[in-house]
Amino acid sequence: MSNKDWPLWEVFIRSKQGLDHKHAGSLHAADAQMAIENARDVYTRRMEGISIWVVESKYIHASNPAEGSSFYDPANDKAYRHPTFYDLPDELRNM
Amino acid sequence: MAEQQEKIFQDKVDHEIRIEPKDWMPDQYRKTLIRQMSQHAHSEIVGMLPEGNWITRAPSLRRKATLIAKVQDEAGHGLYLYSAAETLGISRAEMIDQLHSGKTKYSSIFNYPTLTWADIGAIGWLVDGAAIMNQVPLCRASYGPYARAMIRICKEESFHQRQGFEILLTLSKGSEEQKRMCQDAIDRWWWPAVMMFGPNDESSPHTKQSVAWKIKRFTNDELRQKFIDVCAEQVHILGMKIPDPDLKWNEQTKHYDFGAINWDEFWNVVNGNGPCNKERLAARIKAHEEGAWVREAAIAYAEKKKRKEKVIA
Ligand SMILES: [Fe+2]
Ligand SMILES: [Fe+2]
Repeated sequence: MSNKDWPLWEVFIRSKQGLDHKHAGSLHAADAQMAIENARDVYTRRMEGISIWVVESKYIHASNPAEGSSFYDPANDKAYRHPTFYDLPDELRNM
Repeated sequence: MAEQQEKIFQDKVDHEIRIEPKDWMPDQYRKTLIRQMSQHAHSEIVGMLPEGNWITRAPSLRRKATLIAKVQDEAGHGLYLYSAAETLGISRAEMIDQLHSGKTKYSSIFNYPTLTWADIGAIGWLVDGAAIMNQVPLCRASYGPYARAMIRICKEESFHQRQGFEILLTLSKGSEEQKRMCQDAIDRWWWPAVMMFGPNDESSPHTKQSVAWKIKRFTNDELRQKFIDVCAEQVHILGMKIPDPDLKWNEQTKHYDFGAINWDEFWNVVNGNGPCNKERLAARIKAHEEGAWVREAAIAYAEKKKRKEKVIA
């Protein structure tokens, strides 16, 4: 029993007000409260964060990298979704 | 099929595209990384012991606060690396078991004792210094989670080396006895630090593959030379000597020449016969075993809380 790991948690940290939470790493903890406290000690010893999210790793679902090219394929040939696609005269201002 | 996957894999590595946990990778790449990363993590954790020895006896509150912060950082480094290694499919408990059974090693440097306060200075300057030389290129390692952990670690390391050098600098300006202490610590830590880079390139058969996989960017001897070149200059600021009569600037190579390394001592310590091998491992095992009830109690508490929440809901 003592050799069983505590559950694994993924840690997301907001470094500054106004920014997104970003994945920082993972850690083991018995529950969410402990995960947040451990995340503070492990990932924010130098004020790297002002807000922490934790989620148990088993609840994360990921896309499959092997299907990467076909999965993202639909966006491949749609250059018209980007502003640079459109031919407009240089005189046109403020656009 | 596997051949083609291997080709795609190597292509990515060659183009500096990072490999992520769910990407296909050769078995041997995975094994090499697990070994290297878990060894690295163990080194951070065991590395707390020699320095922890001086926390209660630090000469001032400033030194004590600094040393605590440094040792706490090393714990953090161990945790970053353990969790990065776990993405390769090995569990934390397995890695800890392998440390305790002696199946995986940690850096031999931590099998030397810290006899005086000056040793804390010498460790910061030389041991963290050598670690930084090793670690900076690892920030570009081909395995994403490893590289990201190393970036975090390297950011924190530079204070470790600077606080060590400051301790030595203070001693070097002190009384005769303090100066002697400073030189004595350098004398004892120099060669073990030089050996931290591992065996010579010709006796390090895995280097070539690790370089091809971009787990390693430089060979052991290249990093060792860099380290010696830097320290040979820095030691002047301390007014101390590096304990190597053959250390000499070579105008032709533009590097320092240095004396023969005692590889018998190196292998002796790696094989378990250094001054503190038994003590270090015993301390880790004791901490793990005596902490077992805490780990169990925390799980029991979390489960009880969960049951209560269910009842309320
Ligand atoms: Fe470290
Ligand atoms: Fe360090």
